[in-house]
Amino acid sequence: MANLVRQLGQRSLNIVQEAGGMMIFLLEGLSLALVPPFRPRRVLEEIYQIGVKSTLIVMLTGAFTGMVMALQGYYTLKQYGSEGALGSAVALSLIREMGPVLTGIMVSARAGSAVTAEIGIMRITEQLDALDTMAVNPLQYVVMPKLLAGVIAVPLLTAIFDVVGILGGYLVGVVLLGVSSGSYFAGMARSVVPLDINGGIVKSLVFGLTIILVACYKGYHTGPGAEGVSKATNQTVVLSAVLVLAWDYVLTSFFM
Amino acid sequence: MVKIINLVKSFSGHKVLDGINLTMPLGQITVVIGKSGVGKSVLLKHIVGLLKPDSGQIIVDGQDMSLLGGRQLREFKRRFGVLFQGGALFDSLNVFENIAFPLREKTRLPEAEIGQRVRFRLAQMNLTSEVETKLPDELSGGMKKRVALARAMIQEPEIMFFDEPVTGLDPPMANTVFHLIAKTHQESGYTALVVSHDIPEVFQVADQVAMLHQGRIIAAGTAEEIQNHPDPVVQSFIRGEVDFLEA
Repeated sequence: MANLVRQLGQRSLNIVQEAGGMMIFLLEGLSLALVPPFRPRRVLEEIYQIGVKSTLIVMLTGAFTGMVMALQGYYTLKQYGSEGALGSAVALSLIREMGPVLTGIMVSARAGSAVTAEIGIMRITEQLDALDTMAVNPLQYVVMPKLLAGVIAVPLLTAIFDVVGILGGYLVGVVLLGVSSGSYFAGMARSVVPLDINGGIVKSLVFGLTIILVACYKGYHTGPGAEGVSKATNQTVVLSAVLVLAWDYVLTSFFM
Repeated sequence: MVKIINLVKSFSGHKVLDGINLTMPLGQITVVIGKSGVGKSVLLKHIVGLLKPDSGQIIVDGQDMSLLGGRQLREFKRRFGVLFQGGALFDSLNVFENIAFPLREKTRLPEAEIGQRVRFRLAQMNLTSEVETKLPDELSGGMKKRVALARAMIQEPEIMFFDEPVTGLDPPMANTVFHLIAKTHQESGYTALVVSHDIPEVFQVADQVAMLHQGRIIAAGTAEEIQNHPDPVVQSFIRGEVDFLEA
């Protein structure tokens, strides 16, 4: 029993220590964005790697999510004779919740894992050490551009997810199930208010920063060898997905 | 001159360096030999500022490196050139970009001047201009080492560090790399530390040799003095005898 309590205590200490380490890492990384050299080119490269390369998968996920929501929503609303509210149901669900959360999870699976693997390999092959010995701060050259790219790219990807999802819902609700096109868009225009959009943007900003922070941190502190990189990559995907869902609850409770 | 005074470092309670005292004389090549895993690379990483000692001092030209931190330490490192064990070339950059990297990052030289310097270093390493556009993955082990050496030399460092410079290379290529180290040292006159277990090949570049064993320097002197050293551990290592305790 005492052993169990000891292990639990050690685990808790490790979690607190890692959370503290991540916060220091984040502050160091972001503060370096204010110190020259500013590296706009590196930021653009990372926006391409994290954002542009995730566009297709985010569009696919958005389209199918919108289609499923229209299908489910249509049969539920039909029972109450409210098919006309389909547009507002799809748009609100996507903008407030599904868009930011699913985009975050997709980015974590595609770009987050790639970021961890890239930095992890740089660590084990001494490329980060090489930067340091050339008087180039690895945090500024490698980590800072990725953090900024995450904050910029994820909200844009979320907007793409929302638009494609709404069009997917239109395809199923209007084209296939016969809901009036006018009521689909009019309901949307009536029910979606700026607070919903702002809430979605804030969530996606926080998710973007969280995912890339976890990915960079895990890669930067990876264990030795291929096993270390594989473990770090796995931890990134799991931890960032859990943190996205946890942050979603916290932020939703603020915006409701 | 680099002076290491009573350097101690432990990892998870295990003492890897246990009071190292070593001097790297100005303009000379100091070779540290010892078995794999004995802490040679750990020693090198302390001197280049990648690891912090538990205690002890590293003094470079009168400056105690342990008193420097952050940006100050990083700028101090501009005087160093390091050839890492695996080359540590940046995967995403081609050969030209890898060699030009320190100049592009740390100087305001025009591209034409950078190009000239990169090509001079490539030629110095007996590499043709055809390799300029190749990625590190497309190079052989020996070529990688030579490109990494060209990159380490591009800023004309005062102090060079070589971490196992010929590990994984075939004997002719290993000799080529040692020849390049001797040639660049003769041309530039840098102070150097070579960490290696390649005996006796490494002796061809050594002005002085120190042997690291169980966290301490157990023997130091010229290559000849080390080869004739009375310590049985030194002799056993030089002769490449099987270590029955480890085997």
